[in-house]
Amino acid sequence: MPAIVSLRDVVKTYTRGKQKVEVLHHLSLEIPQGDFVALMGPSGSGKTTLLNLIGGLDRPTQGEVTVAGERLDRLGSGQLAKWRARHVGFVFQFYNLMPMLSAERNVELPLLLTHLNKAQRRQNVAAALAVVGLSDRAKHKPAELSGGQAQRVAIARALVADPTLLVCDEPTGDLDRATADDILHLLQALNRTHGKTIVMVTHDQKAADFASHVLHLDKGQLVEGQTAAA
Amino acid sequence: MLEQVAAVTLMNLRSLPQRLGTSWVIVVGIAVTVAVLVSVLAMDAGFRKTLAGTARADRAIVLRGGSNAELSSTISRENTLTIMDAAGVARGPAGKPIASAEAVSIVALPLKRTGTAANVTLRGVGPQAFALRPELHLVAGRMFRPALRELIVGRSAVEQFKGVAIGGHIAFRDSDWTVVGEFDSGGDAHESELVGDIETVLSAFRRNLFQSVTVRLESAQAFDRYKAALTTDPSLSVDVLRETDYYAGQSRQLNKLLGFLAVFVGGFMAVGAMFGALNTMYAAVAARSAEIATLRAIGFSALPVVVSVFAEALLLSLLGGAAGAAAAWMFFNGNAVNTLGANFTQVVFRLSVTPALLAQGIAWACCIGALGGLFPALRAARMPVAAALRAG
Amino acid sequence: MKYLPLVWAALWRRKVRSLFTLLSIVVAFLLFGMLQGVNAAFSQAIERSNVNRLIVANSISFTESLPYAYMAQIEAVPGVARVAHLSWFGTYYQDPKNFVFSFPAEAERMFAVYPEFKLPADQLQALARTRTGAVVGADLARKYGWKIGDRVPLHSTIWTKADGSSDWTFDIVGLYQSPGDRAQESAFYFNYAYFDEARSFGKGKVGWYVVQVADPQRSAQVAAAIDRLFANSPDETKTQTEKEFQQAFLKQIGDISYIVSRILFAVFFALLFATGNTMMQSVRERVPELAVMKTLGFSDTGMLALVLAESVLLCLFAALAGLAAADLLFPLLKDTLGVVRMPLRVIAQGGAVALLLALVTGLLPAWRARRLDIVEALRG
Repeated sequence: MPAIVSLRDVVKTYTRGKQKVEVLHHLSLEIPQGDFVALMGPSGSGKTTLLNLIGGLDRPTQGEVTVAGERLDRLGSGQLAKWRARHVGFVFQFYNLMPMLSAERNVELPLLLTHLNKAQRRQNVAAALAVVGLSDRAKHKPAELSGGQAQRVAIARALVADPTLLVCDEPTGDLDRATADDILHLLQALNRTHGKTIVMVTHDQKAADFASHVLHLDKGQLVEGQTAAA
Repeated sequence: MLEQVAAVTLMNLRSLPQRLGTSWVIVVGIAVTVAVLVSVLAMDAGFRKTLAGTARADRAIVLRGGSNAELSSTISRENTLTIMDAAGVARGPAGKPIASAEAVSIVALPLKRTGTAANVTLRGVGPQAFALRPELHLVAGRMFRPALRELIVGRSAVEQFKGVAIGGHIAFRDSDWTVVGEFDSGGDAHESELVGDIETVLSAFRRNLFQSVTVRLESAQAFDRYKAALTTDPSLSVDVLRETDYYAGQSRQLNKLLGFLAVFVGGFMAVGAMFGALNTMYAAVAARSAEIATLRAIGFSALPVVVSVFAEALLLSLLGGAAGAAAAWMFFNGNAVNTLGANFTQVVFRLSVTPALLAQGIAWACCIGALGGLFPALRAARMPVAAALRAG
Repeated sequence: MKYLPLVWAALWRRKVRSLFTLLSIVVAFLLFGMLQGVNAAFSQAIERSNVNRLIVANSISFTESLPYAYMAQIEAVPGVARVAHLSWFGTYYQDPKNFVFSFPAEAERMFAVYPEFKLPADQLQALARTRTGAVVGADLARKYGWKIGDRVPLHSTIWTKADGSSDWTFDIVGLYQSPGDRAQESAFYFNYAYFDEARSFGKGKVGWYVVQVADPQRSAQVAAAIDRLFANSPDETKTQTEKEFQQAFLKQIGDISYIVSRILFAVFFALLFATGNTMMQSVRERVPELAVMKTLGFSDTGMLALVLAESVLLCLFAALAGLAAADLLFPLLKDTLGVVRMPLRVIAQGGAVALLLALVTGLLPAWRARRLDIVEALRG
């Protein structure tokens, strides 16, 4: 399998007030297409920063980031936005649904950026909601959904535009064990049956166990990788 | 309990500067409303004052029966003598009645501000006119001389119209008039006029009819006797009016219009300002929800919370009301405006921002503030403590 | 268009706040509609005035009369097509409050000069036949319930008859209409011959002349020629186009547009604060949501446009509601100001003002949404 994510000698520094903080130190990494990778590490290790680089939310201070065949470090913010709309689906710890929109309208959001017409959009939304098993909650507002249901809606939103890559930041961080397992099974199924490449940040070993590979990050550098027992 | 209320209210007001951004909405909204309201009412008050200032209770004006203004009235020379000689008219040292038979004519003069022509009253007055109207006195130049085409001009007229300053020439009909003096009469309606000798005016306009007679009565109480004397005289068909009634009648139409404008515009603006106040106060309550919940959890009752919200709304609206009233006073008090009066001629008057109007504006402000604070205060009182604590 | 539900939903995220903001905008535009409506109605009256009509009045003032003999002389001036005359009669019906705009005229001349007034030919003939006849505007007739054949007494505040009485009686023989401008249907015209014969003074004079010129392009020259004709005579004239004449008259009542613009300026100044504050609060609260949308691939400019669209939608929607309310309330002003309908152009002006308001109040929040940094905003 060719690498869908490739980072070469990446440095990322932030300026906090007067202080310069180097979060990632000359990090290199390859993730093959179709993989399900869990990123683990203590807080402050740079997990989210790495995820933001892979998801095209941020650009490296130095080094190359190639995702889905595009050199992200060379793109402007407008080009990055277009690229994200086409290639990445995001899942967040706190779901980050729009509170004033119904579940189906939330899922439809990324499709507004495509050229699909209304009927096609409705069809794709229905399909995505079916995949996450929430067809019967389409008209509900986020406030009327449980945490697990809300996260499923968020996954449907991440999926609906058929992205190359799913980027998940602590997707089960706010859920109880049973619900978390449901969500992880869903992600695993998406990876296995739909062939979606998934990069997931977590600090929960049980969650990481669902992934095919686990990468450990510490102080901005990768510690040796290990394959999950899956 | 009172201490609780005071403590919570003070605490709240001290935190007000943190919410300054939204608080401006109340202050500005109410300031603008009050400024508009007070300015329109000041116009109304000014016009009323000008016309009322023209009138004295011990003067009466006589017009031809059925004509409601001097312009449309006509009175013959022999009738003016009867009218001036009737019982009840005050007499001067030489025994002459203190009265003036007058004629008005309209001349078109350009307004200084717009350059467009405006109707200005040219009044011809009798020899006793200045005894009749002691409020009228020259401030510059000299009196006109009878039989010469000379005029004196009111202060307001000099301010508003072109070419009527002392030394100015006004040409109409086949005659040329010179302005020789400028008079002050306390800002009344006559101050918008040009005044000349009655006989000269009549001859220049080739008329032989007078239009009104104004008389000084022996006293204000003599009016009924005087009126009875004229109305029972079969040779006369005249209306006899107290000056106060005559001028009050002239201002009624514009007073009605301005009163309507003030209530209509001010009312709608007040409603709009109230919506703004509601938004601000709801936002203030939301911003304070954790604080209010904490107070309630500690054991404070709902009342101090309600009062503190209410006090905030009132304070802000008071601030707005005072700013608006002050702005109206600073920018508009004394501004001269003109409009068409009853004689189809310009009456110049000044916006008059009276203390009563200032108080009225501030009262409106407080009403708006009270209404805008009421519902948010109730919401603050009913806020569920536990939920608010968690959210905070 | 596909973004509309999104924008609409965002607008109603805080229902109470949006509602109050909406209502304050509605109120502002209600005032805009009414005040600007009155203003526009007056200026419309001026613009509608006929370009090929001149008003010839005494140069001393409009209220001084002119000799009847001038008519033939004016008619002889090259470029003059028709001449009519009117006089101010100053009347009320039954009560001084019921003011009636009545004018003695020579009907055939007058209706020829005012072709926009429609009077059936037989009624015009009836007027010529009936010495005490009168034709009345349809609206005026409705107001007092007058019909053809009614005998109507009017009290003149100026003109007395030879017997000293100020009460004049007329027989209504016709009703005229003015389809282009219903506000003109409130006058009362009667025979000059009856008037001049019966009045006790001022005989042989008319109030002013109305001149129709053959070529509107030459009206200035014609006006000058008329004034030259009577220069240095006891009754000099001042000839103006109908438009100039009406403009000057309105200015005398007071500078309406000046007062209206000041009030509206104040109203919108306050509104700017209220609406701007709402938009700013709304964006501030939604920072995480806006960041998520950017994450999904909405561009910076796209976010700017979405927030601006919210503000535009709010302002336009509220403005239309306010203008509609003003349109409904407008007929109430008829008795106070004599204007009948809110001019349509006020709606267009209102829309433009609403758009401007939306852009001014929305720009700052929209810029903030555009500048929003995803990584910062998501970190909370």
